[in-house]
Amino acid sequence: MRFVLKTNYGQDVNLFLHGGQRFWYGLLLAVVLLAPLVLDTFYLGEFALVFIWAIAGTGLMLLVGYTGLVSLGHAAFLAIGAYAHTYFLTQGLPFVLSVPLATMFCAVVGYIVGLPALRMTGIYFAIATLAFERISAFVIEHWEAVTGGHFGIRVPDATVLGSNVDGPVGFYYVCLGVLAVSLLATMNLLRSPTGRAFIAVRDSEVSAQSMGINLARTKCTAFALSAAFTGLAGSLFAHKIGYLAPDAFTVQTSIQLLLMVVVGGLGSLQGIVYGAIFLGLLPQAIAFARDVLPQRIAEIPGLEPGIFGLILILFLVFEPLGIHGRWVKIRTWFDEFPLYRKATYKRQRSYLRTERVR
Amino acid sequence: MEILQLLIIGLSQGCVYGLIALGFVLIYKATEMVNFAQGDIMMLGAFVAFSLANLAGLPFVLVFAATLLIMAGFGMALERGVLRSMIGEPPFAVLMLTIGLGFVIRAVAGAIWGNQPRALDSPLAGGIVEIQGLIIGHENIAIVVGTALLCALLYLFFRFTRLGIAMQAASQNQLAAYYLGIPVKRVFSLVWAISAAIAATAGILVAPVSLIDPLMGFVGIKAFAAAIVGGFGSLPGAIVGGLVIGIAEQFVYLFLPPGVSEVSAFILLLAMLIVRPEGIFATLQQKKV
Repeated sequence: MRFVLKTNYGQDVNLFLHGGQRFWYGLLLAVVLLAPLVLDTFYLGEFALVFIWAIAGTGLMLLVGYTGLVSLGHAAFLAIGAYAHTYFLTQGLPFVLSVPLATMFCAVVGYIVGLPALRMTGIYFAIATLAFERISAFVIEHWEAVTGGHFGIRVPDATVLGSNVDGPVGFYYVCLGVLAVSLLATMNLLRSPTGRAFIAVRDSEVSAQSMGINLARTKCTAFALSAAFTGLAGSLFAHKIGYLAPDAFTVQTSIQLLLMVVVGGLGSLQGIVYGAIFLGLLPQAIAFARDVLPQRIAEIPGLEPGIFGLILILFLVFEPLGIHGRWVKIRTWFDEFPLYRKATYKRQRSYLRTERVR
Repeated sequence: MEILQLLIIGLSQGCVYGLIALGFVLIYKATEMVNFAQGDIMMLGAFVAFSLANLAGLPFVLVFAATLLIMAGFGMALERGVLRSMIGEPPFAVLMLTIGLGFVIRAVAGAIWGNQPRALDSPLAGGIVEIQGLIIGHENIAIVVGTALLCALLYLFFRFTRLGIAMQAASQNQLAAYYLGIPVKRVFSLVWAISAAIAATAGILVAPVSLIDPLMGFVGIKAFAAAIVGGFGSLPGAIVGGLVIGIAEQFVYLFLPPGVSEVSAFILLLAMLIVRPEGIFATLQQKKV
């Protein structure tokens, strides 16, 4: 067990609690910065995708993990970000201007969609986002002037300061940079009054409101921010897939995003990254398994979503805190070695309806 | 005349939505779990009926009864095996769990029966009745009549049987019901069984209209919209919501550009949530601060 003796107020403000954390995160940063020197371009592409998922996951984690609102329609924001970015690029805007514009656009859409959402809680909100996703998919399919309809639209090459970033190395660094900025921004946001309000709303709407938090405004802000991050990921995702078509963003994409934050661990920023790595590696693992498994099983249509579903079920039943939660448990076990108490992380259950009106 | 024709088709389509929504609402009312896999359970029911009727060649009445029994057993097993450990967990976790279940059921159905659409051998399919120029398919009549019968049966069950009243009690307060000696866990199992049987009924009734394939469960999303439009947690609301959406879809199809009808259920849902979030038959109340 490590105790940090705080001797000045600066230590309360530090993002990292102690030298150990600073060392390990520094090492991680060095590794990901130097990775392009040793890795093959294929793996760089895969890592870039993991970074993109992590950026989208940041948005969803803010909403699901910290504000306690479940969205079943975040693929819509991924799509809106991607299409808006592509549209701005084709209009001749530079990459560095187009990405923020697409992000802002998503935030505005998120805010507008979030306005009616402030009247809903829980399941109603989830279904409303699902409905929004279907409607936005419909608009994307039929607004051919901007989105190319069913035929899709090609994403123009992006250049930053005169150099092409569509190459694997350049794109890797762009995604890494955006991810680092997003994570830092989120870390700081969560320590601000806004972020604390999010967490208060998640834990109990009733008590949050009693403490003077404007529920509607807080939820709307959370949804807009979440949409902005996901849209940011979407604008990078557009470059990753190179050609936008409506079938790239479906209900299943939304579920995958949700799977990512649940598997990673709700309510933790590290969980986003674990979840993104998981989501990035899983299709590869399934493709590999298809080669190994007997043909009868490997050729099942819909095997991939089926496995996604199974993993989701297993996590929810056996490890609702996700990969990060498991890691915290393991660390605590070593910290408190012979004295680890199993009930430390026991789940709180509520059997009364009144307990559940939060 | 055209309007009346559309109304009848919308009515039968709406009944299908209503039946699936009924399954949602039943489970939600009793256990406060939201079962997103309801549409997929319907699909499974249709496939079971398909196996019994087309492959085993049983007579239809027997197929119907056997399918209901098998699916009720399936629903019960699902509750016992997977969802019982989730009692008392936050609703969101259960929602995610049932979404996962839906994916798994779809994959399993695809593995067993393949992905091509199948047609069920059903005596309800094929024929038409003509009343003064109105053309009504037998399958549409079967859906409407079947739904009406089922609703009546459910009403009597909840109103007059001990078990039905015990279910109502458990839905109002799990802990109090438990103190009064109601075996809450067994009641939950039975609720899942009934809900799965309702879904299977919907599956058999809808099979002649839309072919059976693993993706037919996506109707469940629209049924969800129906449940909310009707007021989540209200049994008559589920049927009314289903009818509203079914009929609205048909009219949107006629009067608005193609494709809009596909999303009209969701537009209706969003509009409803903005105007009257508690639905037509309000049951949910919010705690005021």
